[in-house]
Amino acid sequence: MTAKKNTIDRRSFLKVSALTGGGMIIGFNFFSACKPEVELPKEIDVSTLNFKDFNGFIKIADNGMVTIFAPNPEIGQGVKTSMPMIIAEELDVAWKNVHVVQGGLDTDIFERQVAGGSQSIRHGWDPLRQTGATARQMLINAAAAKWGIDAAECTVEEGVISNSKGDKLGYGEVAVEAAAMDVPKDVHLKEPKDYKIIGQDIQNVDIDEIITGKPLFGLDYKREGMLYASVLRPPAFGQKLKDFDDAVARSKEGVVDIIKFGNKLAVLANSTWEAMRAKKALNAIWEEDTKLESSEDHDKILLDLLNGKKFKTLRSDGNIKKAFANADQVLERTYESPFLPHNCLEPMNFFAHVTDEKVELAGPIQTPKGTAERIAKKLNRDFKDISLEMTRMGGGFGRRLYGDFALEAAEISNIAKKPVLVIFSREDDMADGIYRPAIKYRISAAIKDQKVVGYHLKEAAINGNMYGLIPNFFPAGAIDNYQVDVANYKSNITTGAWRAPYTNFLAFAEQSFFDELAETMGVDKIQLRLDLLQKVKGTTDVRIQYSAERMESVINEVVKRSNWGKTKEGVYQGFSVYYCHNSHVAEVADVEMENGIPVVKKVTCAIDCGIVVNPLGAMNQVEGGVIDGIGHAMYGDFNFTNGVPQSVNFDTYRLIRMKETPIVESYFIENDIAPTGLGEPTLPPAGPALANAIKAATGIRLTKQPFIENKEIFG
Amino acid sequence: MAKYNLTVNNTPYTVEVSPDTPLLWVLRDHLNLLGTKFGCGIGQCGACTIHLDGTPTKSCLLTVSLAEGKSITTIEGLSEDGSHPVQEAWKEIDVPQCGYCQAGQIMTASAFLIKNPNPSREEIREAMHENICRCASYNRIEIAVEKAAKKLS
Ligand code: FES
Ligand code: FES
Repeated sequence: MTAKKNTIDRRSFLKVSALTGGGMIIGFNFFSACKPEVELPKEIDVSTLNFKDFNGFIKIADNGMVTIFAPNPEIGQGVKTSMPMIIAEELDVAWKNVHVVQGGLDTDIFERQVAGGSQSIRHGWDPLRQTGATARQMLINAAAAKWGIDAAECTVEEGVISNSKGDKLGYGEVAVEAAAMDVPKDVHLKEPKDYKIIGQDIQNVDIDEIITGKPLFGLDYKREGMLYASVLRPPAFGQKLKDFDDAVARSKEGVVDIIKFGNKLAVLANSTWEAMRAKKALNAIWEEDTKLESSEDHDKILLDLLNGKKFKTLRSDGNIKKAFANADQVLERTYESPFLPHNCLEPMNFFAHVTDEKVELAGPIQTPKGTAERIAKKLNRDFKDISLEMTRMGGGFGRRLYGDFALEAAEISNIAKKPVLVIFSREDDMADGIYRPAIKYRISAAIKDQKVVGYHLKEAAINGNMYGLIPNFFPAGAIDNYQVDVANYKSNITTGAWRAPYTNFLAFAEQSFFDELAETMGVDKIQLRLDLLQKVKGTTDVRIQYSAERMESVINEVVKRSNWGKTKEGVYQGFSVYYCHNSHVAEVADVEMENGIPVVKKVTCAIDCGIVVNPLGAMNQVEGGVIDGIGHAMYGDFNFTNGVPQSVNFDTYRLIRMKETPIVESYFIENDIAPTGLGEPTLPPAGPALANAIKAATGIRLTKQPFIENKEIFG
Repeated sequence: MAKYNLTVNNTPYTVEVSPDTPLLWVLRDHLNLLGTKFGCGIGQCGACTIHLDGTPTKSCLLTVSLAEGKSITTIEGLSEDGSHPVQEAWKEIDVPQCGYCQAGQIMTASAFLIKNPNPSREEIREAMHENICRCASYNRIEIAVEKAAKKLS
């Protein structure tokens, strides 16, 4: 990438003004053009920053200190640190002089104010750099005007502008004048080789608050007169409330009220404990509304779908029928995975205070705008009555995209006319989830003259199917006759996005299958993938987003870094490579046998996610993604009997813990390509790398998650 | 309801709650000490870990009556300003992702290092096994505990 002329008219997303106390303020938007009439504040009071018109603000104080106000929700992906780094880089200030503040949160318009899909950095990359660079140019222009010279004669270093005579002006000294300058049309962006902040290890900007236990999260939200609400929901999917007796619950200490709304009962009390305790004393009678489903039903239904003919074809190349008919050999395998709850460590919760004048909402949510809209509709209120304050999120993984908990809080407060904090217990959180759907894949390959000539992927899933460009991921384009077919069954069990939707299991199916394919053909496992990739090079198929070259480079990197095939005796390795969320990742898992059981010791991970903005934060994401992938592939199991989830807390639902974790080594491919997702893409390849290593160690091929259920291997 | 006298972070408090209230909710709802987190309520995740007379204890399982007369330390009392060696190590290693589990992790680690100031990696893994990190920052927790041990010795 070369420094490019900025062709976007920054007037469409940026506004500048002087501050009464000195200094300047810049309001900017990632995407939407701000209206010409919008005003910037003359004083900085975080609570009054208008995030309706701008989604970020930069303040340059008269002492040169830079404050970046951003309302980005932080769910643990580190964007609250990395996005300001990008601004600071182009602004050319020292990071130690930059202060990041979570802005006033009266949000309603912030296009990408959604944390999820690993896309925050990808979408913010250009607008954030342009914002920083534009501000820098205005400061330079102001200094040049003061000196009566051409701006081109000025240089900048860490917030200090110099001219050839050796005069110096700090940003703070020209901020007021800069604010009066025209917003320049053309600004130059830095060459990656000149980056001083991007590419440096920068600590999480909230680190001090986190390690000292400051209230940051939704569950920490408090308001004068607030009541705590614990909600009783139908115990089974498919049930509804028939009748209830709340006399005993009402007599419990601390209970203020008990409210019925829809099919639910809410206990409002003066403390969390009192609300939770009284909920247990509620006597509710439930009746069947729709069919009560069990996991055995789902297994049968999904297998029937795979064996049946009710498919929708999402991509079809060549003629798989012919390819399979003429094959020397056909390999077919079925892979199965259960539902999974998200289990954010901070259980779902939300604050609402509904009055005749306004609707105040606060809490951890990945989709503030959509949720506020749903609440406006539900309560029949004007959208402008609603304000939503976002708190830090104790994990997201997709669960906080769904505003069900916020809606509950609003409904309850609307009836009670009191400020209310709805708190899910862990049991509520797990039993009233929006789960990763159970999925089964069947993959078959046609082999002819030692070549893979046909590939047929069938998906049977609960509720929804793979979407978007997923059918065009590897090996699409690499095999002449290729088809992806999907079918689904509509269940009353709620499902939704779960970290790396669909690919979190599809990668396991496909990357396990390629290992088996290589075994069947008697060829090298990694070479098989590399050979297939050759055909994708120079493809003109615009649907294909992955790059054969980038995939090749992560494969080569992981082979080198993991000592592939050259490890000491007793170490068994498994490989996988995957592309999703615009990033390419290859992983090698090292397994050793301990007391006859395979134990994963190390995972080596090579990632091409373009420019790495903050390596320290990025590695944290990689380590987390890999271990999360290993953990859920190994232990994640979630079943239903007659609509009732069979495990609802951590005593019966197993999450990976310290002693089960491998050491993760991560290696980033260095290049100058715009950054892509990192929160998700390292998760999908972890499961198959482990399964392939377990095969090497034990000779047993895993086709079903969770692995721990395999008695042959784990006893 | 009954009255309880508690000593939290060397400060005396009197609260009036029912006897079965877990200390976790007394800290959070009544004393406004929100650093101690709720994760499971059944002693399985460690998010609510505090020190009870120096011993790491899951406050979700400890009823308030059993905490009377004991010295309770929460994350807010570990140091005034985050300068406890475990907190410093956490900062240097940049451990947190979402951050929700970390107060509990730090409380477990700091109590463990008093008992075992010079632990092996295996001992660290054993000691931290009861604390869940859903974001899986386990590698860094392991390294940070090791680093904190060095600072303390
Ligand atoms: S909340 Fe106490 S151990 Fe989980
Ligand atoms: S950092 Fe999110 S649970 Fe540990």
